[in-house]
Amino acid sequence: MTRPTMGETAPDATATGAPASADPTDPDATTPAAGDRHDVSVDERARAAVDERPRAADDAGHGTVAPLTDLISIEDLDAAQVRHILDTTEQLLPIAQRERNSVPTLRGKVVCNLFMEDSTRTRISFDLAAKRLSAEVINFSGKGSSVSKGESFKDTALTLDAMGVDCVVVRSGSSGAPVQLQGYLDVPILNAGDGWHQHPTQALLDVFTMRRHLGDLDGRHAVIVGDVLHSRVARSEVQALRLLGATVTLVAPPTLLPPEIDGWGVEVADHLDDVLPSADVVYLLRVQRERMHRAFFPSRREYARRWGLDATRLAALKDDAIVMHPGPMNRGVEITGDVADSPRAVITEQVTNGIAVRMACLYLLLAGATAGSAPPAAAGPIDPPADVGPDAEVDR
Amino acid sequence: MSAYLLAGGRVLDPGSGIDALLDVLVVDERIVRVAPDLAGGTGGSGEAGAPHASDLPEHLDPVDVEVVDVRGCWVTPGFVDLHTHLREPGEEDAEDIDTGSAAGAAGGYTALCAMANTDPVCDAAVIADLVWRRGREVGLVDVFPVGAITKGLKGQELAPFGELNASAAGVDMFSDDGIPLADALVMRRALQYATAFDAVICNHAEEPDLTVDAQMNEGAMSSVLGLPGWPHEAEEIMVARDLILAAGVDARLHVPHVSTAGTVELIRAAKQRGVRVTAEVTPHHLLLTDDLVDCYDPVLKVNPPVRSHGDVRALREALADGTIDGIATDHAPHLPELKDQEWDHAPCGMLGLETAFGVVNTALIRSQTLDPLTAIARLTVGPASVRDVGDHGGGGPDGGVAEGATANLAVVDPDATWTVDARALHSRARNSPYHGRELTGRPVHTLLRGRFTLRDGVVQRLEVVA
Repeated sequence: MTRPTMGETAPDATATGAPASADPTDPDATTPAAGDRHDVSVDERARAAVDERPRAADDAGHGTVAPLTDLISIEDLDAAQVRHILDTTEQLLPIAQRERNSVPTLRGKVVCNLFMEDSTRTRISFDLAAKRLSAEVINFSGKGSSVSKGESFKDTALTLDAMGVDCVVVRSGSSGAPVQLQGYLDVPILNAGDGWHQHPTQALLDVFTMRRHLGDLDGRHAVIVGDVLHSRVARSEVQALRLLGATVTLVAPPTLLPPEIDGWGVEVADHLDDVLPSADVVYLLRVQRERMHRAFFPSRREYARRWGLDATRLAALKDDAIVMHPGPMNRGVEITGDVADSPRAVITEQVTNGIAVRMACLYLLLAGATAGSAPPAAAGPIDPPADVGPDAEVDR
Repeated sequence: MSAYLLAGGRVLDPGSGIDALLDVLVVDERIVRVAPDLAGGTGGSGEAGAPHASDLPEHLDPVDVEVVDVRGCWVTPGFVDLHTHLREPGEEDAEDIDTGSAAGAAGGYTALCAMANTDPVCDAAVIADLVWRRGREVGLVDVFPVGAITKGLKGQELAPFGELNASAAGVDMFSDDGIPLADALVMRRALQYATAFDAVICNHAEEPDLTVDAQMNEGAMSSVLGLPGWPHEAEEIMVARDLILAAGVDARLHVPHVSTAGTVELIRAAKQRGVRVTAEVTPHHLLLTDDLVDCYDPVLKVNPPVRSHGDVRALREALADGTIDGIATDHAPHLPELKDQEWDHAPCGMLGLETAFGVVNTALIRSQTLDPLTAIARLTVGPASVRDVGDHGGGGPDGGVAEGATANLAVVDPDATWTVDARALHSRARNSPYHGRELTGRPVHTLLRGRFTLRDGVVQRLEVVA
């Protein structure tokens, strides 16, 4: 695949006319599907394939994956569910990557992006994911809406309920807001990040990206570096990695580690250099500049020297180890520019995979059951797009 | 004239140490007889009958005595709450002295201490007198105002302790509750100045620099939930400071809503050294723990936050051994629209008056952490020892379940199991953390100066009786 440039322009470019990155061997990719027209043939194949498709390697076996009703926290999932989401993502990735291509899978469904906190990157990613599945998307943001006029979160939720949306993707600066939303709405809730609590689709796209590079994550070693305390990404990431059998080491200034994390099942290391040689993944968390003003650490310079990943440290990594970051990066703080731009960094690939993971989550939530266990008749109109063949080699 | 015979109940009078099956005869405002078998026919399984004339004061005809069957119930002094937010004046849409008094009566209370953080703040005699008088007018409980330590709760200039003390309300307890008095010098001066009136200073124990943005108890749960932690050290540092300051000027300090095991240790050690300190604990800190917060329901948001299981154990032990003197509700009504927000936007506080006995009975008595007499002591004589609440709470010559005492009484059924329905509570607000929970133990009757303010579980407003 081509690697989109980092940042918020990546999904936009894919959506609005960058050259298609489709597999040229896929006949559907050359179908002149202009504008928003659906690639029906892909979807028909999906329907045809659903019964004969070999089940993806799934620990839980055939048809035993618990259905996804909401996606609030990775903590609510079991390993089989995570693998099922990742396998579904694998099938959807070609559609996610293809320009002007969509499948009618969620046609007629209304997905509401309820973004109480600004996050253009994540909102665009969810927007694209829903549109590729032909869902209608409503964007409801805190600013410029009734929320900014003093409407409460509860009233906003009840309003959405009255309007009859089929799924709410919620982003909030308040930890737990999606949990509260579950109490107000009967439709599936998809957490797009809440406070310091969880960001499950970020963790899923991360482990998906890791799995593409490293294969099964069982026994692999992930090192998460930086501001774990304030990070919803870290909380989700640790849980997803542990579910898949990876070992996790946290490396952070002691002031930026949450207290009493014995139950997390992770190691904690003081020195990044000690753990780099055994790492398969180095995951760098964003460090907010204002943290040093509350005495979490003395200076960006000291942080960069002690906890930042630079070219010297990169050289200590195993040959196949990868470098990841949830974005947006502070170049020169947690990661130097040359590391960010090195072939080891799969940061832009994370962005692309994010669309596919979010498609998978929306599909699984709105299809209402695991593909394997749903009666084909009932699931007919919203069957998953099926295996359209492996995509081009992952660009390393 | 009114005359009631509370017949067949178990009298628990912590002031005298009495724990016995006794009948209690109340005539007008006073208890005139406390003796076994005043009523005919209560010995066996039969109905309570009319009292024998020979057991009554000479002027009293047995037919004028209404016999109230309280078999299976405990007859105790009326409860005293040291820590109630009645929200009047200023926030009457959440609670006022009328609804709060009704909640108190329904909870077995005859005396409530109204916190000073109203609008305007209770930092002037006229406000204290208003609160005191409104309590008397409503007539369901006596309301004893707590004065502010500092003008406007701003932590700088002292409120006029002398004027507040000389007012009809006779304020002898001062607190900026809700806002810690961070300035050590102002705290020291407040403690010193209060000694002129033998008043007690109650500082909201929280070092504010350690609790910026804090949302819940700091610990394993806050780490998982991604909510900024309220570390136990923030309470303990402030309590330690205040204990040192109080000892230095030989002043009286009251520690409100103790929530951590560390604070218990500090108070225990200070009491052993002879520091003049008293302390209270809330029912919710005796029962609820931070692992419940994983529902993110802001009804559980309170300051100080609900803590760990270890803290709860330490608080129960401290209550049992007397390190903590009393149970105080920190009853804090909030409008539903304020509580129905995201956790970090919602205000702190929970209702407590009507569920206090049920929680104490369920969590402490039935679990045999506290014997009934000690538990009742912590609801009555314990709080009454902190400040002067007159003939309430069972202490002193006019208090208690004793002949000659004012009939300020609670009658509670320790075996009544009920499911809390926040909508059915008397408070105007609905923020009870026990909504939907089952509690065992409930007040049946409450008497204030010989008048039923709660009868068979129904609040008796003045006009109804008149």
